[in-house]
Amino acid sequence: MIEARHLTYHYPRAERPALNDLTLSIPAGQFCAVLGANGAGKSTLAYALTGFIPHFYRGRLEGKLEVAGNDVAQTPLAQLAGTVGFVFANPFNQITGAKFTVRQEIAFGLENLGVPPTEMAARVDEMLARMGLEEAADRSPIALSGGQQQRLAIASVLVMRPQVLVLDEPTSQLDPAGSEAIFRLLRTLAGDQEITIFLASHKVALIAEFADRALILSGGQIIDDGAPPAILADPGLERLGIIPSAYTELAHLARQRGLGNAGGPLPVTLAQAEAFFR
Amino acid sequence: MEILVDDVTFTYPGNVLALDGVTLTVASGEAMALIGENGAGKSTLARHLNGLLKPGEGRVLVGEWDTREHTVAQLAQRVAFAFQNPDDQLFARTVRDEVAFGPRNLGRSAAETATAVEMALEQVGLGGRADAHPYDLPVADRKLVTLAAVLAMETPLLVLDEPTAGQDAEGIRRVGDIVEQLKDAGRTIIAITHDMEFCAAHFGRVVVMAGGQIIADGAAGEILRQSELLARADVQPPQLVRLAQALGLPGTPLTRAAFLDLYEEKQQ
Repeated sequence: MIEARHLTYHYPRAERPALNDLTLSIPAGQFCAVLGANGAGKSTLAYALTGFIPHFYRGRLEGKLEVAGNDVAQTPLAQLAGTVGFVFANPFNQITGAKFTVRQEIAFGLENLGVPPTEMAARVDEMLARMGLEEAADRSPIALSGGQQQRLAIASVLVMRPQVLVLDEPTSQLDPAGSEAIFRLLRTLAGDQEITIFLASHKVALIAEFADRALILSGGQIIDDGAPPAILADPGLERLGIIPSAYTELAHLARQRGLGNAGGPLPVTLAQAEAFFR
Repeated sequence: MEILVDDVTFTYPGNVLALDGVTLTVASGEAMALIGENGAGKSTLARHLNGLLKPGEGRVLVGEWDTREHTVAQLAQRVAFAFQNPDDQLFARTVRDEVAFGPRNLGRSAAETATAVEMALEQVGLGGRADAHPYDLPVADRKLVTLAAVLAMETPLLVLDEPTAGQDAEGIRRVGDIVEQLKDAGRTIIAITHDMEFCAAHFGRVVVMAGGQIIADGAAGEILRQSELLARADVQPPQLVRLAQALGLPGTPLTRAAFLDLYEEKQQ
């Protein structure tokens, strides 16, 4: 579903590349999370997948990127928008500001795609329920709390039923329960609806629990790639700008004191930590 | 500088009741975390502390000042506020101007302002970006610019709304270090946060909000172990506390060392 070959990108006037000879293949329906320090290239890769690079951000793009069979550099943004949905890190950037209610805001993308009104209403209602926004349906988008705005931003993209969903830190403003709910939703979308998920996030424990695959970026390159528990059970992640799960660090220290399970991988999730200390 | 929130009720236009009889005292030099689900009223309460919002009923005193009798500009001498969304706050053309805005408006001299700006930018790790346009920085750095802007005002009271949101490991450590420095300097800090690890590591007092009310207020060790109480605010205990509970360890370990001590004791 996503095929990147030797992708290198320089922002305008930048000397160092933000993406550096990056090759990556993500099959349909995979929930792939990307981690790394701020500045490692997570957002840049997300912008490339959605076509903001090179259509909106100029700069120099080399190599090849295909998303859902479209060569991103050759496909107009309007056409990509029907296939790839993007959720911004900051929901305040997503919300149009042109709509008076949450319901209208969610319908905005469908209006632009020319969906008939009855279908539109049904899809908007479904999305309000799914994202827990029913009570806020008739409120102004700008009167919502940060967390509600983040859920609205996701709803307004998901309602267009993209094949690929790209999210840049979509839970940064959410409470812990709200973050977990989003990860669960993404798990369901990938598993049941075969939507390919590309998620940039710092939330190691949730990624280990819900994602199929984790990529670690550093200096615009993929430096690690594999099953999340295997990659993320590393107390040294912090040198890559990633906060390890509290359980991994704890178990690491425990071993130094001769406590806990002596062999096997370090835990990342609560369930793994329980097993480690039992 | 002490804060008194006295039975405050606040309703947003459209009849949305955001604060419902909130009473809270914060002593000078206290470090307090305000936690709770999205929409609980945390940001609304915080915006009462610098006078951006005035109580519908009840009163808010900052020092001896009643916020209804003082302008936001006057209150800014006492309270600095870093917004959750940096883009609500940033407007200047360079990072330096942005951070200088506060001290300049508080009447500091050009030399004092320059020093305060330089120190604040060093503190947040953006010393090399003073000439950048704030919107050329990534959102996590824009958020650190708002923190620098607050630090440069050198107010006795700081209100930080989700200071660690969107930060990577280094950013979170930096924000934590800054909170510790402020505590050492005797400043009063109120932080709204969803980050339970950050909360457990740096804040002695925790106030829990749900549905526009304060549902718990006490020492971090006391509050953060009550999973049922926290669940009412859609919050979970910190990871270490959850693990300790799952393993049946006594006590509320807020640090790794405390956890391992408890665990070792139980093994013996």
